[in-house]
Amino acid sequence: MDLSFSAEDEAFRAEVRQFLAESLPGELRAKADVDAPFSHEDTMRWHRILHARGWSAPQWPTEHGGPGLSPTQRFILTEELELAGTPPLSPFGLKMVGPAIIQFGTPEQKQRFLPKILSGEEVWCQGYSEPDAGSDLASLRCRAEDDGDHFVVNGQKTWTTYAQYADWIFCLVRTNPNVKKQAGITFLLVDMKTPGVEARPMLTIGEQPAFCDTFFENVRVPKANVIGKIDAGWTVAKALLGHERTLLAMVGYSQRMLRRVKHIAAETRVGGRPMLESTTWRTKIAAIEVELEALKMTNYRVLAGAQLGKAPGPESSILKLRGTEVNQRLYELAMEIMGHDALSWYNDEGIVPAMEQGVAPQFCYARASTIFGGSNEIQKNIIAKWILGLPSGR
Amino acid sequence: MDFEPTPEQKMLAETVASFVKQRSPVERFRKLRAAGQPHDPEVWAHMGELGWLSVPFPEEAGGFGGGPVEVAIILEGLGKALAPEPYLASVVLAGLALARAGSEAQHERWLAPMIEGQSVLALAWAERDGRYDASQPRLSATREGKGWALSGEKVFVLGGQAADQLVVSASTPDGLGLFVVDADGPGVDRRPLRTIDGHGAARLRLDGAVVEDDRRLGEPGPASLAVLQRVLDLGAAAACAEGLGVAQAMLDMTVAHLKEREQFGVPIGSFQVLQHRAVDMFVEVQLLRSMSMMASLRADEADDELRRRSVSAAKAKLGSAGRFVSQQAIQLHGGIGITDEHDIGLYFKRMLALNTMLGDEQHHVERLAGLDGFVGG
Repeated sequence: MDLSFSAEDEAFRAEVRQFLAESLPGELRAKADVDAPFSHEDTMRWHRILHARGWSAPQWPTEHGGPGLSPTQRFILTEELELAGTPPLSPFGLKMVGPAIIQFGTPEQKQRFLPKILSGEEVWCQGYSEPDAGSDLASLRCRAEDDGDHFVVNGQKTWTTYAQYADWIFCLVRTNPNVKKQAGITFLLVDMKTPGVEARPMLTIGEQPAFCDTFFENVRVPKANVIGKIDAGWTVAKALLGHERTLLAMVGYSQRMLRRVKHIAAETRVGGRPMLESTTWRTKIAAIEVELEALKMTNYRVLAGAQLGKAPGPESSILKLRGTEVNQRLYELAMEIMGHDALSWYNDEGIVPAMEQGVAPQFCYARASTIFGGSNEIQKNIIAKWILGLPSGR
Repeated sequence: MDFEPTPEQKMLAETVASFVKQRSPVERFRKLRAAGQPHDPEVWAHMGELGWLSVPFPEEAGGFGGGPVEVAIILEGLGKALAPEPYLASVVLAGLALARAGSEAQHERWLAPMIEGQSVLALAWAERDGRYDASQPRLSATREGKGWALSGEKVFVLGGQAADQLVVSASTPDGLGLFVVDADGPGVDRRPLRTIDGHGAARLRLDGAVVEDDRRLGEPGPASLAVLQRVLDLGAAAACAEGLGVAQAMLDMTVAHLKEREQFGVPIGSFQVLQHRAVDMFVEVQLLRSMSMMASLRADEADDELRRRSVSAAKAKLGSAGRFVSQQAIQLHGGIGITDEHDIGLYFKRMLALNTMLGDEQHHVERLAGLDGFVGG
């Protein structure tokens, strides 16, 4: 047993750091330094820079433009990008529909879609949830009716994150209402410019326009845009949930947030002394640091298994669950340390310290992380059933 | 990055598991507890024959040349069955203090019989007003003729009720010193202490107990203090491993109970509120397992800061995970969980002892928060 990374992996880490030092543009670095929010343009700019280095989709196979990194190197790359506070790339193309097309797509579909996902030339969003289909996703009703070589799509998708910027949406649609609910679903790619598609942004509690309602009215979609087989979309959707577990824990982001919490505590004074010098506050921070360390070590266990090519063990099931909780607790602690400043809401620069400026909206938006991607309660149902072997719930 | 046990480590884990299954079910601990016996000397001797008591000692001192990882494997296995033999107290705490501070002749005299399972050692470091701080003992050692006279009190001496020899920390004019004291020698008042977990300990009073100079381990001063502090860190990591075994057993027993126990005509494990509680326990056990592994890999780290950070993080996690898992295990067992007749309560109390000994959660979180590197890290 050994907790260190190999010399080769450490060299790779140095390479990533070197790349970050040279390639992160000054404007983005300035935002990262104070953890200011990135715009869509910022994110796409960074996407193109990573793509030029070959690192926009570390987990893709080399034949489709992946860089051929080992699981450990992919983890290191992700951790370093997160630690440096770089804009997180949109996951919908790179981590969701891209891998789905690689696994289930035809040669034509691969050729048509993959290069532009990789380069960021086409932006994707996800059409899964509906107003009446959240955790019970298979009850979705957005329907696609057969019209020769096309489907005609009618219905509504919701929580379509950043659909207003997307060129394409991948949807789960109802193609057969007369069978078991999971069996009549198709995985369909829809061009957002098709007549009848409308994305209406809504504000989150962080007042970012991150979510949309996306409406489909008699939208004609070629059957060539089905991924996998018609009525077999549930299989495609389930395969996507199995994507790289080693990267789900947000360890890099949370380590960065921990540093930020300490920085804020060092800059915030009470009775003339930095809060970071108070035992009470230090122990509060340290208690969360312990939880983050436990998460990180669990992530390392999963990573070490993946590096050996082993199937994910039971410990991998807790990474999303615990990673999101730890991340939320860090934001909460930052808010607590900020005191009155935590209540400042989108004021001009200089009203509150720059480092604190974005915390409150991010704290609000971070509440989403325990809901999306299978809420933490759904994660617990899955662990209860498949790992603990408890009888079907009621 | 490697968490795979070696073939030897795997074999050791299997040997411990089969020993526990065949020779040391919880029933054995119950019988000893009822008889007021701290442990079974025959089992201790058997552990000596199996070589387990030699595991963390260097080959020059008659040891196996293993380290904290092997110790963790043994203690996790023993923890699962509440085996009461004083492995942590005698091998990890007192044994390693003797091995590291003592001379070859002293190893021969006191370590060798313990390694063979013929004697028990204990480390007396804790004092009434010292809480978890070992650095400033009030028990004093002063020169008397060619030897030393020791006076003062030690509390909660783990394994002390069964020990033949006690490694005692004392303040000397040159700093902290370590002395081997005969548990039944003149001026030594050793009282057995019953403890909540039934494993027992001792309270020790020395009233001018005279100790020959050949019972002094190394030179009093910073070196002796450093040995003591490193040994206490090794002990804390070992407590995490035993606690992991206890927590894993409690989770397994609770999940089994949820599947078997029926109410309202169905197994209670089908109720979502109980399922989620069991999952929360599972999550904590996984996190504790990760931290116990980390602690055993760094418990003997020479870099003080990294060692303290790692051990304190793990021991603090034992505190929070152990408390949650053990309390919820009782809760999910319902009324039977409160009875002495059911094993779950024995595990609950052992967990409390492991959480408290060698520094509780608050102590270790504070120690972590007080490290120089905390601000930047």
